[in-house]
Amino acid sequence: METSIIISGFGGQGVLFGGQLLAYAGMDNGRFVTWIPSYGPEMRGGTANCTVIISHDPVGAPIVAQPDIALVFNQPSYAKYAPLVKPGGLLIVNSSIVQVADPRADIEMVTIPANELAAEFGTVKMLNMAMIGAMLARHLVLPVTAVEQALHDHLPESKKKLLQGNLDVLQAGFRAAVREAAPV
Amino acid sequence: MSKQLLKGNVAFAEAAIRAGCEAYFGYPITPQTELLEHMSRRMIELNRVFLQAESEVAAINMVYGAAASGVRVMTSSSSPGISLMQEGFSYIAGSQVPAVIIDVMRGGPGLGNIQPSQSDYNQVTKTAGHGDFHPIVLAPANVQEAIDLTVLAFDLADKYLTLVFVVADGAIGQMMEPAELPPMRELPFERPSWALTGAFNRERNLVNSLYMGVEGLEELNFKLQAKLAQIQREEVRYETQFVEDAEVVLVAFGTAARVAQTAVQRLRRQGLKVGLFRPITLWPFPEDALAEVSERSKALLVVEMNAGQMLHDVRLVAGIHTPVKFLGRMGGRIPLPEEVEHETVALLEQLAVAV
Repeated sequence: METSIIISGFGGQGVLFGGQLLAYAGMDNGRFVTWIPSYGPEMRGGTANCTVIISHDPVGAPIVAQPDIALVFNQPSYAKYAPLVKPGGLLIVNSSIVQVADPRADIEMVTIPANELAAEFGTVKMLNMAMIGAMLARHLVLPVTAVEQALHDHLPESKKKLLQGNLDVLQAGFRAAVREAAPV
Repeated sequence: MSKQLLKGNVAFAEAAIRAGCEAYFGYPITPQTELLEHMSRRMIELNRVFLQAESEVAAINMVYGAAASGVRVMTSSSSPGISLMQEGFSYIAGSQVPAVIIDVMRGGPGLGNIQPSQSDYNQVTKTAGHGDFHPIVLAPANVQEAIDLTVLAFDLADKYLTLVFVVADGAIGQMMEPAELPPMRELPFERPSWALTGAFNRERNLVNSLYMGVEGLEELNFKLQAKLAQIQREEVRYETQFVEDAEVVLVAFGTAARVAQTAVQRLRRQGLKVGLFRPITLWPFPEDALAEVSERSKALLVVEMNAGQMLHDVRLVAGIHTPVKFLGRMGGRIPLPEEVEHETVALLEQLAVAV
């Protein structure tokens, strides 16, 4: 069983660290993982994305044509990756700044206001945790506890004071996605 | 030691440090700059030598100088920087001193781009500079192998007094995977007897690649050729998957081999008889092993991130009896498993029709 995840947004939205956190959580839970960033002459404000693969078997190709899951943090990422998600896959959209047009019927789409959730439960910079929390509410790739533990274990020492905020935003994203799933 | 999530470039650097690299000279270039960056911090911490040279040409000549004095030394760069270092490579080969070069390849020709590529295969395997020599060329396909082959590179360089390249495409430099680092080796090493350490109470040593006459230089060349022949006999490395009953065998190294592996696994699940042959040493090229595989299979499919550079070595081995097809992406593009699957299935269908 192999799950591929593309996380995409502006530089500075925590896209790359979000992917690393999932890779750590996968590794610490005995999975094979790869994390590969798009890399280019791009810095804060430019686009950034990474591909994470979490698998029960050794990972071959570190890149995928069609991810099982895409987390899109901004409009250009939505435009690029919403059409690429594998049929039956999962798309998490940051509805704070993304306008959804022509939603696909063959994938599951979850929209959460990640910026607002992050600002409410932590700081707006923690929106990556809201997006990951939402993903974990809708996909069994990893339990949310594994990602919480990875935050405890791998948040850089200089960011340790932000641990509780990150955990709170992760939970807020998780709850928002669970809530959205409830029948209307 | 337990596994850590390591970026390929960082893994190269830390593996070199643990293998006993005492001096690093380099010049930044994407996609290997994290390697130099890691060195700039760790080598200073460990009271070893880190020097950012004014250019790649300067860096490789500093490597030459340090190697001549018996120091475990390395540099790293990416394709255009490797081109600049060629004169130094040749001098190092002619002088028979050990040095390790890590090349995290990017798209070319020219300044090209910074995306992953295997565009330096010809350059590094077919001499890497003027004159008759080949460096040993090791090609990791994952971060653990990046570590293991870097350690091996230092040992082979010392054993054969030769240049050893570790070549990876930018994807391996940039990606993170769980990997385990080796323990730290004790320093300093005893300096070899030929090293330029100051001739106190001994005859003077000479490390040089300049010969004024004919005889000395031809003698050196015979010696070099004998050494290369020994390396060809003793240092071939490769990996195979499912080749025993494979009708089509994919031949690929580095990231292209990982993509090919995914394709092979998917096609095997569909019951198709396909396999993978992955050279780990690009020089010496695993000729005998591939020849054996090629005799048993109906066709080979070479997958590379270039226009077909290893392809020529594969064709030489396969001879005229086994058809060799090629799938390549260039300019920094990584082939997708789907492309490789498609090409492999098409080849299997052609073979079925031919029968």
